[in-house]
Amino acid sequence: MKIVVDFDKCKSNAVCMGVAPDIFEVRDDNFLYVLQEEPGEDRRADVEEAVRTCPTGAISVEG
Amino acid sequence: MAPTSLEHVVVVGASLAGLRAVEALRHDGYRGRLTLIGAEAHEPYDRPPLSKAFLAGTADTASLALRKQGFDDLDVRVRLGAPAHSLDVDARTVGVGDDTLSFDGMVIATGAHPRPLPNQPDLAGVHTLRTVEDSGEISARLDAGARMCVIGAGFIGAEVAATARGRGRDVTVLEALPQPMVRGVGAVIGAVLASLHRDHGVDLRLGVGVESITGGAHVERVHLADGTAVECEAVLVAIGAVPTTDWLEGSGLALDNGVVCDAALRAAPGIVAAGDLCRWPNAAFDDEMMRIEHWTNATEQGTHAARSLLAGDDADPFVTVPFVWSDQYDVKIQSAGRFSAEDRMEIVHGTPDDYKFIAIFERNGRISGVLGFNMARRVIQYRRMIAERATFASALDSAAANP
Repeated sequence: MKIVVDFDKCKSNAVCMGVAPDIFEVRDDNFLYVLQEEPGEDRRADVEEAVRTCPTGAISVEG
Repeated sequence: MAPTSLEHVVVVGASLAGLRAVEALRHDGYRGRLTLIGAEAHEPYDRPPLSKAFLAGTADTASLALRKQGFDDLDVRVRLGAPAHSLDVDARTVGVGDDTLSFDGMVIATGAHPRPLPNQPDLAGVHTLRTVEDSGEISARLDAGARMCVIGAGFIGAEVAATARGRGRDVTVLEALPQPMVRGVGAVIGAVLASLHRDHGVDLRLGVGVESITGGAHVERVHLADGTAVECEAVLVAIGAVPTTDWLEGSGLALDNGVVCDAALRAAPGIVAAGDLCRWPNAAFDDEMMRIEHWTNATEQGTHAARSLLAGDDADPFVTVPFVWSDQYDVKIQSAGRFSAEDRMEIVHGTPDDYKFIAIFERNGRISGVLGFNMARRVIQYRRMIAERATFASALDSAAANP
């Protein structure tokens, strides 16, 4: 599973960080940092929730 | 995943909540027939850009599609362009156009529609905003150089005002209350919202009622209760929304400012609701009956309602800390939780002077809400504390420890 963020779409709402703070982090500079680009399968449910709840549809998953 | 005897699930409402319900049904292993009914002629599309990028002209229609990969993998019959007009709960039938569809599972997600002014005239140039057509028509007025008068300084009105200013148009915003959103956010933050508009050249008039809207072939002015008038070529009426439940009257479902549901979003056996019209007891706030008209809620509830439908008697309660964002000018406003002007409010990070701050709210000794300007990271951190039912004192301690 590989996380892909479209940074043209991302508006740093940080909802993904609320779902999976070990994977997504919006820092005080208001930019999103992906801490784990290829998290383990045990994180799939949270990653899918982050994809679904991203207000700008900026996150997708490959694999 | 969930064992189910359902054979035909009908999802009524083809916007965000309905689409998320369809996706969740298939994701969770429902293999029976599936029908999605939409009143609009379009496949499900995203509404937040309608007051922002789409209205600004920086996003096109194709970019609004909520499911760019199409519907083939969902094996769903999508019926667009005609609303459901009747429901018979006992017979398990729903009327759509001239057809009557039988179902054994239903998701109700017909959303809400703009509340009109009591005396709103049917006059060219007078708009409300819900659909892509509404946004396109307002955009065309702005293209033509219209002076814009926005009635109502809530999020929709404020975003349209900000977008119209960004396009260089003259904008007047009329608000009946003494400050924008003052009942929700209180006088201090209401004043910050007011300055934000005025800093960007909006003629903001507070505490004024609208008497009438007049014109000839086209709108010309809005008359105010104080005897003055605003000359304009375009009017947006943005004074709130009404749940779209007229088609459910007489169905036997409990309707009271929305579809009344149980904690798991069930309106009746085999019938669940999601999105703008769903009223349910939220255990995150002592089972307060809530109805929430925001994007995040629609996406979460659509998914949860589908799972409740599949789970039947074993359905889990839907428990959430509501979250909403609004982009106005260069400011991202976000809030989470539940609060009102009556609750204690403390600004714990930053300062309103430069539109970068966090305010938290107390109810019954707990942190019940957070509102932030341009501080997304912090809002999400406090949203977590609200979900964990942290005390207000511990939230203040945390703020002091993490300046």
